[in-house]
Amino acid sequence: MTASLYGAVLLAALAAGAAYADEDADLVVNGEIEMTVRAPAPDHVEGLSEIMSGWLFRSDETQAVQMDDFDNPGMIFVDAGRETFNAEIGADGESCASCHEGPETLADVRPTYPKWDPERETVQTVEMQVNECVTERMNLPEWKYTGDDMVNMTALLASAARGKPVDVAIDGPAQSTWEQGKEMYYTRYGQLELSCANCHEDNYGNNIRADHLSQGQINGFPTYRLKNAKLNAVQSRFKGCIRDTRAETFSPGSAEFVALELYVASRGNGLSVEGPSVRN
Amino acid sequence: MKFIVCSLGLLGVAAAGTAFAQPVLPSEVAFDEYGAVSASLTGKAGDAASGEVVVVERGQGNCLACHRITALDEFPFHGEVGPPLDGAGSRWSEAELRGLVADAKMTFEGTIMPSFYKNSGYVRPGDGYTGDAAKGELEPILGAQDVENVVAFLMTLKDE
Ligand code: HEC
Ligand code: HEC
Ligand code: HEC
Repeated sequence: MTASLYGAVLLAALAAGAAYADEDADLVVNGEIEMTVRAPAPDHVEGLSEIMSGWLFRSDETQAVQMDDFDNPGMIFVDAGRETFNAEIGADGESCASCHEGPETLADVRPTYPKWDPERETVQTVEMQVNECVTERMNLPEWKYTGDDMVNMTALLASAARGKPVDVAIDGPAQSTWEQGKEMYYTRYGQLELSCANCHEDNYGNNIRADHLSQGQINGFPTYRLKNAKLNAVQSRFKGCIRDTRAETFSPGSAEFVALELYVASRGNGLSVEGPSVRN
Repeated sequence: MKFIVCSLGLLGVAAAGTAFAQPVLPSEVAFDEYGAVSASLTGKAGDAASGEVVVVERGQGNCLACHRITALDEFPFHGEVGPPLDGAGSRWSEAELRGLVADAKMTFEGTIMPSFYKNSGYVRPGDGYTGDAAKGELEPILGAQDVENVVAFLMTLKDE
């Protein structure tokens, strides 16, 4: 009796949680960082008129957790990233801080990556750029693409850029990579034959079973998910979404996911960098 | 009753005997120009109660992911990606529902609804939900009898 009563109450609460996602809310973090959570869609995004942060699609409770750094569990990982940044871990005792005064001096990184690197003649993600410094400038073995050191460092670099507008370049030498990512976005992968667009462009705002679909924007990454109680890298999320279409997924760090990340990032040009954000 | 008459009629035209022994292969399902499939995939009547399970279970049809079905309100979380299925058994014939469940793309071109009785033509098919590449020949998402059972369940969804 009590058990089933409890179950019913819990379900009602969960259902209410989904229903009360406040898509008209405004996001101000710590009472001072004003985030742009909705903006006119950039011209290169044909399927949307307005772009919206994933924060808007979360329940009131989840939204609130991201509004104060004392509540946001993602900030713990930012602190861990800061420690690594200052630690003399290089083969010759270098730290990131030996060459980069502080994370604030790297505040333009998160909003503009993935970005064309003229020397390597390829589009680099933040992770690839960090690994370039780790391996070539500190002579360390490379960090695992979605490992703790890397995700914590990307959280630190995102937090240094919070509130700045995403502004990745899609033209010039990055264009063919961007086109590749765009093609992937509209490809119906797997045995369920679902594209990113089927869920995140055609159906944002709708529920799919228990999940309230957002636009699948990446301005909030890395994201702290209440579901797995850890910080999640953007390409881990891509991997999960493709796997859920009963498809063979791609690996984090693969050329395909770099292209997809550039394209998805560009769909959020104009939204604020929010990482580390909080999601369910 | 109607079912038996109907499949017997068809058997008169198609090669009799084999249809009862072996389910129709996914590649050999006969869709008409509107996407309907008149013949049972197994020659065996569908069971609505088993069909309900397929409709609800996440690892099977998971139709509730996208559709609201008031008769299944006891199960939580009905999706909104597709239209509610209330009254589907009044709106559609059994043959039309069989076509919709087997491969809805034959009825609604390009629809988001997955094709449940198909085993080729995919981009990077996986080994279930593991994220790895599919091994060997692909199985359709639902077996032939599952499809028949789901159709039988849908036929119970009549207008009030
Ligand atoms: C020995 C000096 C040195 C160390 C140590 C070093 N870096 Fe760098 N880093 C550089 C230089 C030089 C560049 C510029 C390279 C370029 O512009 O292509 C750079 C570029 C970067 C960039 C891209 C900046 C931009 O504006 O695009 C990031 C991010 C970065 N480093 C992060 C780190 C992190 C994190 C660490 C520690 C794990 C680190 N770096 C350690 C020298 C260093
Ligand atoms: C079957 C539907 C479905 C498909 C297809 C799908 N996703 Fe998702 N995705 C979800 C759900 C459900 C969530 C969690 C709720 C939300 O934010 O939409 C999610 C979340 C995300 C998020 C996190 C958003 C945030 O604010 O934290 C990103 C990014 C994302 N998806 C990208 C993609 C990309 C890229 C693709 C294509 C490779 C894709 N998704 C395909 C269902 C899907
Ligand atoms: C990924 C989402 C999705 C799933 C899963 C799904 N459908 Fe659908 N379904 C749709 C959409 C969208 C339509 C509307 C057709 C269109 O116009 O594209 C539809 C249409 C239908 C229709 C016709 C609608 C009507 O007027 O009654 C039926 C019947 C149907 N689906 C049954 C099912 C059954 C049974 C299952 C499970 C075996 C299922 N669907 C699973 C998305 C889905």
